[in-house]
Amino acid sequence: MEELVLWSRAQFALTAIYHWLFVPLTLGLGVIIGVMETIYYKTKNEEWKTITKFWMRLFGINFAIGVATGLILEFQFGTNWSNYSWFVGDIFGAPLAIEGILAFFMEATFIAIMFFGWNKVSKGFHLASTWLTVFGASISALWILIANAWMQFPTGMTFNPDTVRNEMTDFWAVALSPIAINKFFHTVTSCWVVGSAACIGVSAWFLIKKRHIDFAKKSIKIAVPVGLVGILLTIYTGDGSAFQVAQKQPMKLAAMEGLYEGQTQAPLVAFGILKPHQQAMQEKDNPSYLNISIPYALSLLGYRDVDAYVPGITDLLEGGYPTQDGTVSLSAKEKMESGKLAVQALADYKKAKKVGNEMESQKQLEILNANYSNFGYGFIKDESELVPNVAITFYAFRFMVIFGSFFILIFAIIAYFIFKKKPYENYKWFLWLCILCIPLAYMVSQSGWLVAEMGRQPWVIQDLMPTSAAISAISSSSVATTFIIFCVLFSVLLIAELSIMFKQIKKGF
Amino acid sequence: MNVFKKVFLFYYEGFRSMTLGKTLWMIILIKLFIMFAILKVFFFPNFLSSKGDTKEEKSEYIVNEMEKRTINN
Repeated sequence: MEELVLWSRAQFALTAIYHWLFVPLTLGLGVIIGVMETIYYKTKNEEWKTITKFWMRLFGINFAIGVATGLILEFQFGTNWSNYSWFVGDIFGAPLAIEGILAFFMEATFIAIMFFGWNKVSKGFHLASTWLTVFGASISALWILIANAWMQFPTGMTFNPDTVRNEMTDFWAVALSPIAINKFFHTVTSCWVVGSAACIGVSAWFLIKKRHIDFAKKSIKIAVPVGLVGILLTIYTGDGSAFQVAQKQPMKLAAMEGLYEGQTQAPLVAFGILKPHQQAMQEKDNPSYLNISIPYALSLLGYRDVDAYVPGITDLLEGGYPTQDGTVSLSAKEKMESGKLAVQALADYKKAKKVGNEMESQKQLEILNANYSNFGYGFIKDESELVPNVAITFYAFRFMVIFGSFFILIFAIIAYFIFKKKPYENYKWFLWLCILCIPLAYMVSQSGWLVAEMGRQPWVIQDLMPTSAAISAISSSSVATTFIIFCVLFSVLLIAELSIMFKQIKKGF
Repeated sequence: MNVFKKVFLFYYEGFRSMTLGKTLWMIILIKLFIMFAILKVFFFPNFLSSKGDTKEEKSEYIVNEMEKRTINN
């Protein structure tokens, strides 16, 4: 079973990571193209049309190669994650269906006008279509992120023991959950950073090659403010996301911080080197070899109170600490017992219903309802399973924050050069740095997802379903086979995209 | 010219005048063929459909699986 869980997770991660190579550039570059075309519309300067069309071609290549790769994730739901799909079908299905319809009708319609409509529709209509494509793509992302957020914080539903499904009772609670809203803005604005980094990096290459200097500098002039606004909003919404994690997923927060023993006035680790997990569990008051911290910052950011208590990994397993709502936290063992009661009560409820024993089914239903909040703990064999991979979560989080913040510096330096009219095209080392910022932006973006998804393990649905209960009873070799097929398919597609993209860039504006 | 003809011609002429777009469409079509005609059909069947035809049978299967996975703990 463990092997099957690992292969299923690996396959899903591979597909999601691959899909996420395209989405940020679509969302980010889309905004930049929108701004460029708006300038063309306002100034009627044909140069801006040429610039817009160049970036639109790159946008089109990225869109074409990336389109529909997300559907592979849905294939996997039905085959590899059928227990999960059944358990959440009603809730997960609604946002995904809306996303599919919106993506098809909005993007497919307006993207055609974007590419075919030059000189065929009015300038204003073309501009509106460009912005509606960008808006449609962002709204598509919203529904996917709502579905993801629900998994991190299940809300707006009740569990129906007859169908064994969670059923949506409050659409707006699902759609407007604080996790979903923060996740949406954090994700979309971070995509603006990726798009800006790509635009600046490619323009820097033209400056190094001393080709299209004017067009490249004009492109950078647009990408820098978009990137700067993007990174500042990403940081702001990232704070909101971390606050929500502290409230709803304390184990993820503890892993992000490598916090093994809880404390009040908890500091935030700015940089650190963790001891191996088992050793850190033993030496919980000193779990790292190196630790540079910001005093009080974790309590303040996590709970908006410098004196707040932040539970560590061992506290979350042992329980007994006071929670924010004034109750005392249960231990992992107590939750596991409660979860087993819930799962058994569901099975007994179904058996009683089948033979028409109403009294027994009512009794089991009460047990189920009383313990449902710990339902997923019923599948946990050992409390150690409740701890995510601390090292990956910890370092991925630092990578995201440190190198994400680095983009403020990059964008600010270029903004300074532009404002002061400095000839930055002469600083070759800086232009090369700008080119290196393209892969760096992708790595930062992917590391954000690593934190979000690795940090919530073992849960597919927080507290309700772990990965071990979510997977289908299929052979791990079949999942391994499709994993290898995807490796080959994705590699070929990526090579195709990069070669077409590089060819177009070399052609120039 | 009616609106449907206008829309048809818009797309028709758009597709005809594509240069880079033709390569991209070829990639999209090959990709969709691989996804739906090969991967979906041969590698990604609906697992629960093999466990029951009705919703009741499927939910029964899920409960049994859950019970088994927690009993096995």
